[in-house]
Amino acid sequence: MNPKAKHKLQKRSKGFVLSITGLLVSFLFLFPYLSMFSTAMKPNSSNTEIPPTYLPKAWEFGNFIKVFQELPFGMYIRSTVIISLCTMILGLIASLPAGYYIARNKFRGRTAFLLLVLVTQMFSPTTLLIGIYREMSVLHLINSYLGLILINASFNMAFSVWILSSFFQSIPVEIEEAASIDGASRFQTFTKISLPLALPGIVTTAIFTFIAAWNEFVVAYTLASSPSKQPFSVGLSLLTGLYEVKWNYLFAGSLIAIIPVVILFISIEKYLVSGLTAGSVK
Amino acid sequence: MSKKVGANDTPLQALPWLGTALFLIVGFVLWPTVELFLMSFRRVDISGLLKGWAGLDNYRSLFDNSDIKGTLFRTAIWLVVVVAATMAISLPLAQLLNAKFIGQKFLRYSVIVPWAASLVITSTSWKWILNGYYGVFNLVLQDLHIIKEPVDLLSDPKTGFMVLLVVGIAVSLPFTTYVLLAGLQSIPHDIMEAARVDGAGPWKGYWAIVFPLLRPAFLVAAVINSVYVFNSFPIIWVMTQGGPGYETDTTTTFAYKVAFRDQDIGQSASLAVGNFMVIFVLIMIFLKLSKWRDLDKK
Repeated sequence: MNPKAKHKLQKRSKGFVLSITGLLVSFLFLFPYLSMFSTAMKPNSSNTEIPPTYLPKAWEFGNFIKVFQELPFGMYIRSTVIISLCTMILGLIASLPAGYYIARNKFRGRTAFLLLVLVTQMFSPTTLLIGIYREMSVLHLINSYLGLILINASFNMAFSVWILSSFFQSIPVEIEEAASIDGASRFQTFTKISLPLALPGIVTTAIFTFIAAWNEFVVAYTLASSPSKQPFSVGLSLLTGLYEVKWNYLFAGSLIAIIPVVILFISIEKYLVSGLTAGSVK
Repeated sequence: MSKKVGANDTPLQALPWLGTALFLIVGFVLWPTVELFLMSFRRVDISGLLKGWAGLDNYRSLFDNSDIKGTLFRTAIWLVVVVAATMAISLPLAQLLNAKFIGQKFLRYSVIVPWAASLVITSTSWKWILNGYYGVFNLVLQDLHIIKEPVDLLSDPKTGFMVLLVVGIAVSLPFTTYVLLAGLQSIPHDIMEAARVDGAGPWKGYWAIVFPLLRPAFLVAAVINSVYVFNSFPIIWVMTQGGPGYETDTTTTFAYKVAFRDQDIGQSASLAVGNFMVIFVLIMIFLKLSKWRDLDKK
């Protein structure tokens, strides 16, 4: 065999080994979700079969519809959508002007504001739960959507401001100057010129905030006491504590709740790292 | 340095732009922080009513709590083991994600799934997989003839805690791996190539050339991951609720149980203040590592 052909063969076999390794690692990461899918497709009776089986004996695609009758899943999803959408909107209303302003302007107190944003990015509602509970009872916001929306939006403010300001910074300032020479006010320049140009950053922020609120657990678990106010993360966790758990429906519902979020998350993958590390890793 | 539109504003001019964000951060992040600190010095009765100041009594009752010692010990193990293992596995994993091969995109998306999916759901799935009667974990071990009788790992505090560590590592991997991947991608191609063909061999080349360039990303990933791991609640809560008893609790779940199950808000607040201090130290390390001043200078 000539050396060139040998090299080619080596390269190809290395690619093959990598592909197999990649596939195995993928399987490990997807395993809990594949296993969930298998359970979700099983008929109700085989939930508690001994010994269990790897795959369903009969594939019940209908479980993905039945979950809405068997569990209060529709109600949970409704609450989750309301909380996540409102968190996203409030988050954008607050972070868009702030992100733009710190990207474009010098002002006294700028360093202090940046530090405040950076430090609070690491604050976690889990640690502050008692403080949050106390504040919410003072404000009469326990067991309300508004309370959860305010907390979710606030704890995601740091990420949003940070990622938006880095997007605005990447827009050449000359474009805005041209607009202001043409007589546009600062606010007009912001809405007509900068906002459309920063669209990828805005979409990233919106999706990230939406997902964070979608998956949020500990605050809702503590504050939302009535089932009609609970997002699915809380609802499903309480259902697993019941005496008789309908695992197939529970997991069918879980998958419905996971899949759209995973797709959205993948769509913003490129910008996640720089946002979460406050730009210290590009 | 580029010219600024509207440079050197006064804080009053900045307020309309920053006001809403400031309002949310101060009103719903800082206020609860202050409330928490105050609460740790207050006397709170079992129904949550304030009964004046307690001085350091809450802190004293925390130290007298017979379960706190074990919990502190486990929290240290939890933090060190999960973060160390996550970082160690992330390095080769990021390398794999950065290599070119058929199915690379599929792998990248698979790794992202536990990051995007609700931790409550992922943990619930693991709990079901490990179920002593109906779980697929026992089925696999029995089919491989490793065990004869099904085992219930989660009911025993020792094996239960080990399972929690493994799941903790599994769900931490996506974030750290993606940070390292971003670090790897910022290393110029010819340097990577040089490291590979360097006479010292690929392994030595990696530690001598690639890893030093990756170190900033590695440190940032480790610190942020430590914050996440320390604060982690859903995994433990869903899989064992810190039980049996308090035997698989970390300070995070322990504080929750003391407050909302044992109804001792004051004592729980004093523990939460301790947790907050740990996080605060980690934040200071992060600030030191991150180049946040770059943004400030621009």
